[in-house]
Amino acid sequence: MDSESERSASSDQPTGNRKSFGRPETRRQFLKQFTVTSAALTLGPQLIGGSSASAAEKTAPVTAENAVDVRLKINGKDYALKLDPRTTLLDCLREHLHLTGSKKGCDHGQCGACTVHINGRRMNSCLIFAAMHEGDEITTIEGLGQPENLHPMQAAFLSHDAYQCGYCTSGQIMSATALLKEPCGPDDADVKECMSGNICRCGAYPNIVAAIQSVRQNKEKPA
Amino acid sequence: MKTFQLTRANDNEQAIAAAAKSKTAQQGADVRFIAGGTTLIDLMKLNVETPQKLLDVTHLPLSKIDNLPDGGLSIGAMVRNSDLAHHPAVQKNYRVLSEALLSGATVQLRNMATTGGNLLQRTRCMYFRDTAMPCNKREPGLGCAAITGINRGLAILGTSEHCIATNPSDMNVALAALEATIHIRGAKGERSVPIGDFHLLPGNTPHRETVLEPGDLITHVTLPPPAPGNRSLYLKLRDRASYEFALASAAVVVTTAGGKITRARVALGGVGTKPWRSPEAEAELTNQSATDDVFRKAADAALRNAKPQSQNGFKVELAKRCLVHALKTVTQTA
Repeated sequence: MDSESERSASSDQPTGNRKSFGRPETRRQFLKQFTVTSAALTLGPQLIGGSSASAAEKTAPVTAENAVDVRLKINGKDYALKLDPRTTLLDCLREHLHLTGSKKGCDHGQCGACTVHINGRRMNSCLIFAAMHEGDEITTIEGLGQPENLHPMQAAFLSHDAYQCGYCTSGQIMSATALLKEPCGPDDADVKECMSGNICRCGAYPNIVAAIQSVRQNKEKPA
Repeated sequence: MKTFQLTRANDNEQAIAAAAKSKTAQQGADVRFIAGGTTLIDLMKLNVETPQKLLDVTHLPLSKIDNLPDGGLSIGAMVRNSDLAHHPAVQKNYRVLSEALLSGATVQLRNMATTGGNLLQRTRCMYFRDTAMPCNKREPGLGCAAITGINRGLAILGTSEHCIATNPSDMNVALAALEATIHIRGAKGERSVPIGDFHLLPGNTPHRETVLEPGDLITHVTLPPPAPGNRSLYLKLRDRASYEFALASAAVVVTTAGGKITRARVALGGVGTKPWRSPEAEAELTNQSATDDVFRKAADAALRNAKPQSQNGFKVELAKRCLVHALKTVTQTA
């Protein structure tokens, strides 16, 4: 199974360089060789007017109690899905659409790893039912930049070494890019306050703040 | 999470009629309105809330902030916390509300959470959130595990032998000091409830938290015109500098003239089972000089009936110092 998300510059592949392994292969692709995916349990997403059908799209829809038809616009693409109403936006992205850049940490809106933009504003996708967001513009880390054309904030996180394990990174970057348009004061302390909804267990905070400030001060050079 | 039927409400009356079929609008409601979802989805994941039907009210026309002819402000129930905190009229005339909102949660959560939803924010008491533990608020008659358990963060004012859960909202504390009015439309028509009457003390019925009945939809909140020349402030004390619930907080709205306090409104957060307005403190402040002694007397009056539990005795002094510091700061800048 292959999809655009797995080749993206999301935090699956934060360094963007795995040539030492012979050929570029993400951790996720590697794991999938040994793992029975949950695709058979999904409700069969359909990319409207999209290109090639993925394995997930060919999966027969499974009926679920109270299932609802939903059309979602994610990273500029329209998707038609049949979802169990309990499906959070985060689970919809990861399990149904295989956009696995958004991460599940606490699943209770406390850690920020699942942060996405809805109509340009950052929100915790784990505390949102996907079916409530028909017609909204949803942007995930996969829609922010591409390996060959990084968003300045992605480039800044790379150049400032603003992560260690990388699990929180996509959420940090989604928060940080939203912050650029928010009423946030100029100081490091202001950035820390505005970023308090994104937890980093590795403690990369000083470099995260430095990366964000470099973009805010237009100091970031193109990657 | 238990499954449910999800319906988008397209107009107020349709939403009210559908919700009026619920057995209760309190804990255990089988029909719930859903807006920001920051409390409800969290509790549904824990099986503390198990509604059979959810009515998505986010598309109802309740997202406006309007200046009122009398100089007050009308805030739609669907206005997001971020929008309210940064609204020019709130920043200018109701600073305490903006500060309270911005001291709560995170940017992500404030982008989601609504005014109506924040009024109904549920307690963070860990026993309420854990279905393996007894909790009278979650299931009446089971008993309260907090009274003999971990109660450091719980209430010292307005408690009963059945419940000591803290109301966690910051916004509600500011609304109490601003004497807001909650506007409700229900199966029997419209009514307005002063914020002081909206939340209920736990007493023998901790599962009943507000005056809401099945079908009741909060449509908007109104604020009276700002008191001329007032200064207001929200001070929140907590275990860490950001993204934490209050151990004690104070919302103060004070007018001074020639070093004398002519009008004072005081509410406390983090210490009460409901947003805690303190008329006792206000009486000690009114027509007195803005001095440390007066502030301390007001704080003593506010906490006079405090009933600390085994682990939260420190909150009595913390809340007093919080109020004194807030009053000192707000009168110094006047």
